[in-house]
Amino acid sequence: MQENGIGASVRRKEDQRFLLGKGRYTDDINVAGQTYAVFVRSPHAHAVIEGIDARAAAAAPGVVAVLTGEDLAADGIGPLICGVVVTSDDGEPHRAPAHPALAQGKVNYVGDHVAVVIAETLAQARDAAELVEVNYRPLPAVASTADAASDGRQQIHQEAPNNICFNWPFGDKAANDEAFDSAHKVSSIELVNNRMVTNPMEPRAALGEYNSGTEEITLHMTTQNPHVHRLVLAAFNQLAPEHKLRVVGPDVGGGFGAKIFVYAEELVVGWACRKVNRPVKWTADRTEAFMSDAHGRDHVTKAEMALDENSKFLAMRVHTTANLGAYLSTFATMVPSYLYAFLFAGQYATPLIYSEVKAVFTNTAPVDASRGAGRPEATYLLERLVDVCAADMELDPAEIRRRNFIPKDAFPYQTPVVQCYDSGDYEAALDKAMELADYSGFEARAAEAKNRGKLRGIGFSSYVEACGIAPSAAVGQLGGGVGLWESAQVRFNPTGNVQVFTGTHSHGQGHETTFAQLVCDQLGVPFENIEVIHGDTAKTQFGMGTYGSRSLAVGGVAIAKACDKLIAKGKKIAAHAMEAAEGDIEFTDGNYTVAGTDKAMNIAEVAFNAYVPHSYPEGVEPGFDENAFFDPMNFSFPAGTHICEVEVDPATGEVEIVDYTAVDDFGKLVNPMIVEGQVHGGIVHGIGQALLEGCHYDENGQLVTASYMDYAMPRADNAPDFRIDYAPTDPPHNPLGVKGCGEAGAIGAPPAVINAIANAIGAKHVEMPATPETVWRACQSAV
Amino acid sequence: MYEFSYHRPASVAEAAELIANAADGKLVAGGQTLLPTMKHRLASPSDVIDLGGIAEMSGIVVNGNIVTVGAMTTHAEVAASSEIREAIPALAALAGNIGDPAVRNRGTLGGSIANNDPAADYPAAVIALGATVRTNRREIAGEDFFTAMFETALEEDEIIVAVDFPRPDAASYMKFENPASRYAIVGVFVARTAAGPRAAVTGATACAHRAWRLEEALQADFSASALDDFEAPVDKMNADIHAGAEYRAHLVKVMAQRAVAACA
Repeated sequence: MQENGIGASVRRKEDQRFLLGKGRYTDDINVAGQTYAVFVRSPHAHAVIEGIDARAAAAAPGVVAVLTGEDLAADGIGPLICGVVVTSDDGEPHRAPAHPALAQGKVNYVGDHVAVVIAETLAQARDAAELVEVNYRPLPAVASTADAASDGRQQIHQEAPNNICFNWPFGDKAANDEAFDSAHKVSSIELVNNRMVTNPMEPRAALGEYNSGTEEITLHMTTQNPHVHRLVLAAFNQLAPEHKLRVVGPDVGGGFGAKIFVYAEELVVGWACRKVNRPVKWTADRTEAFMSDAHGRDHVTKAEMALDENSKFLAMRVHTTANLGAYLSTFATMVPSYLYAFLFAGQYATPLIYSEVKAVFTNTAPVDASRGAGRPEATYLLERLVDVCAADMELDPAEIRRRNFIPKDAFPYQTPVVQCYDSGDYEAALDKAMELADYSGFEARAAEAKNRGKLRGIGFSSYVEACGIAPSAAVGQLGGGVGLWESAQVRFNPTGNVQVFTGTHSHGQGHETTFAQLVCDQLGVPFENIEVIHGDTAKTQFGMGTYGSRSLAVGGVAIAKACDKLIAKGKKIAAHAMEAAEGDIEFTDGNYTVAGTDKAMNIAEVAFNAYVPHSYPEGVEPGFDENAFFDPMNFSFPAGTHICEVEVDPATGEVEIVDYTAVDDFGKLVNPMIVEGQVHGGIVHGIGQALLEGCHYDENGQLVTASYMDYAMPRADNAPDFRIDYAPTDPPHNPLGVKGCGEAGAIGAPPAVINAIANAIGAKHVEMPATPETVWRACQSAV
Repeated sequence: MYEFSYHRPASVAEAAELIANAADGKLVAGGQTLLPTMKHRLASPSDVIDLGGIAEMSGIVVNGNIVTVGAMTTHAEVAASSEIREAIPALAALAGNIGDPAVRNRGTLGGSIANNDPAADYPAAVIALGATVRTNRREIAGEDFFTAMFETALEEDEIIVAVDFPRPDAASYMKFENPASRYAIVGVFVARTAAGPRAAVTGATACAHRAWRLEEALQADFSASALDDFEAPVDKMNADIHAGAEYRAHLVKVMAQRAVAACA
């Protein structure tokens, strides 16, 4: 046991540089000869480009170049790709219209990139960008998710008739229909999962440098996965061969999914720096972030549950229209399919599940993964539907959940929707949450609130997510173009301190601390002697990056496996040094000992021997530096029950979250303080979706919520103090016993909040974001 | 931002001369609206005349029943002023809830009312308290000052110097905040004065205005229940993604009732 090892709330070592203002983000990096890029963007949601006249811009002061789609095409750069294939109901792959990094004759959403101006200063680039004359012929726009595929709508892409990307049925429809036909009761709900702008604090940025001597491009950029960016930019976008392209994600100020993807701007910066043979920097302003970052969610859904007379779930069916925006972002197709429908079982033993997802194109920004990615959408419809079932069957919402939970002795549990849950005890989390939230005292609290003119409500959300993404074979079977293993290298320096190279990327999660704790625990090296290095393709081995709550569950295991190799190698070196048989060497708390003697040797001494192998075992390589790759055997399945309590002011519709309880199963916690922070952030993210955040395009495809004046982000005063506890179970597939925690709150919170509001005002449903006006109107019709 | 010439006069007279001579000049007080607008390239004044160096435009003076607030006095100064907290606590509270600390430490009374954003807070106070806006040329009654959305009674190049607020018997401002911007979706300022009740509404319509019908309803009985049958005209209300007209009209009544109740 190490003081700063697994289970210790060690303060985050990265915070020293962040709190001292010494973080180094992409925009902080300036190099000699740097130029500035400004993108000319479409003001139209849908238009044909009849011509671009860049002469005035090119002649403006300080302008180095004005580049358009024509230049890009001439150089054979792009187009952007979508990396996951979903097979449509006609047996064909999803429709994938070309996604050029600079427009080729047509623009398809407001903010679509038309040209780039590169100038000596940012102000000059901005001035010149206004001089680029683009002759647009506007076309009617398709902005609404629900009727994007309706007859007679404007066609966006030739390749996608009726604006449909794919129709994806999943499950046994006939058996499902039969169960519905003979059910005692069918409960149903129609709902919208509101579109969100992911909004990491640091906007996207890129700095491209080309070295004509080595013919190498170095691209500093806001990335959650530098090697994935390098791979796609090299192999699919023809930016440069992989060995001539270095991608660096320095300090990155939050991602939440939005920095996974390969966007036009970063590709164009990489291309342009070689073309003009000058470093090129681009930093999105906040308006650009709103317009051009991939958005999240945006589903319109009808969900139904068939129940028997004992309120047992017999079958479920879901019809969803999912908006993918104007083009397919890097993982867009995966989100409303595999990351969505495979979670429809939730915590319940529903035997039959059938779903149909229609993915549509609209004249809006591309939609892709955003914290939770598909799982929040699945959980929201399921947990809302379960509450409707409870109301229809006149059962307590806790009771209907309890009756339908997968029992704890049923694990591993094969759901009807692909996933095989490895571990869980859903009733334990529910019980603990109900106790912590004082569920039995709710009626008294509601009565007291009523005296103050407030409507108090309570809502449950019992969620499961699939994290630890992902077993590579499963990814391949599903049409994914990558393997989702993770890598690590653990290197002792001769003086005994340790560098840990991880293929994951930390952009706020605290990996530099958590991973150091893992190594400290396993190798017995003092915490302060361990440095975690990530985010630079020139420094670290290939890795898949950070998303889907995978870094600890996959990347952490790779580190542990590398440590295992070091320990094993060290046994040979220690045995030789202590003149003992290798079989007699034991390793505990950083020390190799000879069983039954007081002979001991610290791992730092062993490392020194490995680098100065004057007296060294035969056949053992010098050096003390091991790498490992880990491909998980299954997803991990964090789960839990959240209970939200709200008070609604019926006069205004204002909702106050007065209490919030989260009891989660994340398996083993490495740093409970960091986990708690992730839970807090996730819940606040979910509260944001439930109460505040709504990305809104008008009928012409103009983005109405393009700034924080109109797009409401959650703030500290939108959240109460949280009651947080854990009900862990041990995942048998994960060698560290960990499951992942980064997305849980964003998945669990929205239905808990909306269920509480519906409970408070006696309405069947309230759409998100449950703004004061929405809730006030619901109050009027609920009366 | 486009290029412009920057001036920092030391007196109102000098500022008036500068603005009169500028091709397309703009006065800047706290800059909380003008600077973002310029940064977004939505405004391109030839000259920016910064009023921040004019001592005579700043400060708080209480003289009998009149509280005089210099046009360049920041929201934070008004919020923290012990004189204003004593004389018109509702005004200090209003100032203390504008924007965020950064806005409150830059934004000014004069800048706010000269801009006349339809969702700004100060116009409601200026109207409801029966304040007088003093400029470098004349005095303008508060209720006559705000003429239309982003329009005021100010003439070309006229400069607000101070606002005189008469001390009411009681006053209260209730604001229903836009969840994103935290500007007023609806703000109602009511005052009980020797001359009778006064009320003003901001946020709800194109321009802050004196709420005659609220005042009438409160004339005989200054109580929340006196407004039970009050209905604000839906057809005059703003409507946007945050609040429709019907909801805004409803909020006028609710905020008015709460403001009246808070005066008790």
